[in-house]
Amino acid sequence: MTTLRNVVSPSKGKRETHLPGEEGVWVLIFGDMLLFGVFFATFLFYRGREPGLFTESQTHLSVTIGIINTLLLLTSSLFVVTGVRAIRQGAQKLAPALFFGAFLCGAGFGFDKYIEYSEKISHGITPGTNNFFMYYFILTGLHMFHVLIGMGVLTFMIVQARKPDMTARRFGYVEGGACFWHMVDLLWIVLFPLIYLVRS
Amino acid sequence: MLATLLRNRITAVWFVLIAGALMSTDLGTGHGISSHQAASVVIIMVAFIKVFLVGMYFMELREAPNVLRGVFCGYCLLVFSVVTGMFLLA
Repeated sequence: MTTLRNVVSPSKGKRETHLPGEEGVWVLIFGDMLLFGVFFATFLFYRGREPGLFTESQTHLSVTIGIINTLLLLTSSLFVVTGVRAIRQGAQKLAPALFFGAFLCGAGFGFDKYIEYSEKISHGITPGTNNFFMYYFILTGLHMFHVLIGMGVLTFMIVQARKPDMTARRFGYVEGGACFWHMVDLLWIVLFPLIYLVRS
Repeated sequence: MLATLLRNRITAVWFVLIAGALMSTDLGTGHGISSHQAASVVIIMVAFIKVFLVGMYFMELREAPNVLRGVFCGYCLLVFSVVTGMFLLA
C-alpha cells in the first residue's frame, strides 16, 4: 500500500529513511544553493578589496527591515513545516490556512523589500553607486525573485492541499514545494548577516 | 489539533532560530564590541548553524537517505569554510 510517508524500506540494521519531495526538486535546490554559495564568496572577495567602502556603505542599510524580514521568513517556514505535518497526521484541513500564512509572510517580505528599495532609490542610491550597492541590489534582488517564485509554489501547495484526495504523488509535490520554500528561507539566513551585519 | 502540531521539537527549533537571528543582529550592531572581526566570525558561524537546523528539521533531512543528508552537511561545511576564509583572508 502506498502511504503519505513514502518511506524507503530499510534493510536489516539500517535506519528508516524518507525522501522529502521528488529527486528533481533536490537537483534544483542544490543547484540554487551552490549558485548562491558562489555569490557569497564573490561578494566577500570584493569586500576584501574595498573594506572601507563596504563598511561605510553598509551603514546606509536598514538592519531593522533586515531582521523583520528574517523573522518573517523563519515564521513562514514554521507555517509550511506545520502544514506538511498536518497533512501527514490526518489534519489536512489545517494545511491550506498554514500555507496561506506562509504566503502572507512572503508578501510581507516583498512589501518590506519595496520600502527598502524605494528608500534607497529616493536617496539616489542605485546599483551604479558603488560595488557594495551593486552586489546588494543583485543579491537581494535575485533572492526576492526566489521569494516571488516561492509564493507561486505556495499557491500551488494551497491548491493541492484543498483537494480532498491527497495521494502519495500529490503529497510528494507538496513536500517538494515546502523544501523549495525552506531553501528561500535558508538563503536569506546567510544573505542577511553577510550584507547587513558582517564587518571588519 | 494545531496546538498538538505545534507542541513539537520543530517549534523549539524555530525558537532557537529566532534567538540566533536576534543574537546575531545584536552582535552585528553592538557599539561596545572591541573586535568586529571576531564578532563577524561568530555571526557567520551562527548563520550556518541555522542553515543546518533548517535543513535537518524544516526540510526534514534528518530522516532523508544518507546521500542527501551527506550532500547537505557537506554543503554547509564547504560554504561555511569558504565564506569564513574569504572574510578573513580576502
